[in-house]
Amino acid sequence: MAVATPPQSIEEQRSWEGNLDQLRGLVSERAITGETMLLNMGPHHPSTHGVLRLLLELDGEQIVSCLPDVGFLHTGIEKSVEDKSYEKALPLTDRMDYLSPMSNNMAYAAAVEKLLDLDVPERGQIIRVVCLELARCASHLVWLGTHAIDMGAMSVLLYAFRERERILGMFEMLSGQRMMSSYIRPGGVWRDVPDDFLPTLKQFLIDFPGKVDDYEALLTQNPIWKDRAQGVGVIEPDVALAYGLTGPALRGSGVNWDLRKAQPYSGYETYDFNVPLGEHGDVYDRYLIRIQEFRESMKILNQAVERLERVTGPYRSENRKYCPPLRSELGQSMEAVIHHFKLWTYGYDAPDEEIYNAIESPRGEIGCYIHGTGGNKPRRVHFKTPSFIHISALPVMAKGYLLADMVAIIGSVDIVLGDCDR
Amino acid sequence: MEIPAARDPVAAVREAFGEALLHVKEFRGETTLVLEAERTPEALDFLRVSPGLVYNMLSDVSAVDYYPNDYGERFDGGALGFRPERFGVSYHVLSMLYNRRLRLKTFAAEEDPRLPTATVVWPAANWLEREIADLMGIVFEGHPDPRRLLMPEDWHGHPHRRDYPLGKETVAFSFNEAEIRKHKPFATN
Amino acid sequence: MGVSSKLGNMGVVTTTVEQAVNWARTGAMWPLLFGLACCAIEYMSSQASSYDLSRFGMELNRATPRQADLLIVSGRLTRKMAPVVRQLYDQMAEPKWVISMGDCASCGGVYNNYAIVQGVDEIIPVDVYIAGCPPRPEQLLHGILTLHEKVRSERIADWA
Repeated sequence: MAVATPPQSIEEQRSWEGNLDQLRGLVSERAITGETMLLNMGPHHPSTHGVLRLLLELDGEQIVSCLPDVGFLHTGIEKSVEDKSYEKALPLTDRMDYLSPMSNNMAYAAAVEKLLDLDVPERGQIIRVVCLELARCASHLVWLGTHAIDMGAMSVLLYAFRERERILGMFEMLSGQRMMSSYIRPGGVWRDVPDDFLPTLKQFLIDFPGKVDDYEALLTQNPIWKDRAQGVGVIEPDVALAYGLTGPALRGSGVNWDLRKAQPYSGYETYDFNVPLGEHGDVYDRYLIRIQEFRESMKILNQAVERLERVTGPYRSENRKYCPPLRSELGQSMEAVIHHFKLWTYGYDAPDEEIYNAIESPRGEIGCYIHGTGGNKPRRVHFKTPSFIHISALPVMAKGYLLADMVAIIGSVDIVLGDCDR
Repeated sequence: MEIPAARDPVAAVREAFGEALLHVKEFRGETTLVLEAERTPEALDFLRVSPGLVYNMLSDVSAVDYYPNDYGERFDGGALGFRPERFGVSYHVLSMLYNRRLRLKTFAAEEDPRLPTATVVWPAANWLEREIADLMGIVFEGHPDPRRLLMPEDWHGHPHRRDYPLGKETVAFSFNEAEIRKHKPFATN
Repeated sequence: MGVSSKLGNMGVVTTTVEQAVNWARTGAMWPLLFGLACCAIEYMSSQASSYDLSRFGMELNRATPRQADLLIVSGRLTRKMAPVVRQLYDQMAEPKWVISMGDCASCGGVYNNYAIVQGVDEIIPVDVYIAGCPPRPEQLLHGILTLHEKVRSERIADWA
């Protein structure tokens, strides 16, 4: 529905009310007759985490039905990618889910690798795991801060962002950019970790578990927090599956499904970690799961750091048809110069086939569907993003709860509108 | 509870749907089944409930446009693939029990592309199909909410079709900046 | 410098209306609590503990445009969102300023396509542009200070 200015005359008022006709069947009949109230929430609202618009039908304070309206951040990334060669499209994917760009990079890079049948060397895989888990922590930290601020706990944001700055500092060390790193590329990663990265990461791993305890001290047993979170936004496991929820939103309902365990990628099968599960499928369980995921990520990171010190070797594929040569080779080998030139001008051809590849992002399953053309540009790239699915399930979660709970529910499924609209 | 042994999805679908299964393809370990459009929702339901298959989650629905000429008679199922019509729509289903994925594909004609909706089987298909209807212009018959999803209501055309222009504006460099600035609609108070 | 040296023993400050008003306007410039995309996260970063935007009198975000002085367009602006942003701008009370934060808001950035408005200056007048994708919080602070400079140099003759 287009955003309209308020009606200026009786005629305009009538035609504006006439628009209700297109909502027939989507909201209850009581809304058409004016018995219940239709309330517009967003797209400019502080707690919709971006530019989500919700049309809520309210009976008093109770939500009768909820119609999400998305697309206010539809960026046309999928169309833009069709215009670029495979490698050059990577920076666009950063900006979909802007809280964890590394996961987007990974989803896209892994899909391209699958299409090309390209292998990643072990060191490259370990660096990827480090990046993905740091991205998970960074993303959950933003979620924690904003979710808490939505529910009225103002101070958590300040603590969460303090630690997030340290993670962003590490990303900057790796890639030169705080957020939009474009670090994970098809075939491996952009470059090896710099010398000062590992000491910084180790210090962070020592400090961070204590900080997670601090967050928990602020929230987990806080009676106000529990009152607002427990028993709110409940979604049953079978309903969650039917709506295709993934990630913490699905695990909160007690379904044990984590792609890192079930369909491991990047060597996740060799790490020792647990998948935290909830029981009730409410806001509080989803909160607990993410808090525990901090600790599980720490476990994985500790193992990865140990391996990173031990494993040497290339950090990206040696297949020069798909991965650029090292800069040191450029001065010595004509072959390398040719490969370098070819890669950065034309790119590489990929088969005229379709593949779908999914990874576990902080929010859930982020899938990438690529259909090649046989040339250097894809015919179609489609991202299945967790936020899109989660917003489509918001009406189910919100039904019957109070208007004030809506904010808690939106926060608990951790939506990012850039991820949803792409 | 005893878990029934996994069945081969290709054999099971061929047995149940016979001629409606038009083509089977394997690529990089992914199985694609091409079905007649009318039977797709039925097949999705079959895959969901049959013991030994239990594809219990719809991961993704994605559409592809074979414009301008990568479909038709040349693509009859040989090395070039099987693409009878311009638009292809893929349903990616996932079986958590047997930990495998399957792609169910169907095609829609260039003129007035129409497909039956899978929303009756999968509530998750609701928005995914709305997105395709919005951006690719494929009408899903029987869809409960056929409004546009991502683009504004009054938008013309379907941006993700291959014949829809990307809509690039000329990039301003120092040599053409003055010319571009002259035409750019700058706002005032 | 400062008030105390001017005060002397008389308890009197002399200044011009222009300077006093401009000083007041820069001292408490409340931004609209409004984020679009990636840049909004860096905007949040600059409000959080490490960068602490409240040093410049901007800790208070107003969620309603009627109480805000500054609109920070943080992120890519889509064709669907454009009417909303224009409406927000129209609802803000004078005097009001606009910062276009990031490449996407300033010129469309990497998204030169059908969905994105190629520069927010097509729909609202912009005072300060900040480059970067996304700009670091330091860059945002610099942009805000640049805006403060601009406000301090405003003339009383131009207000009317």
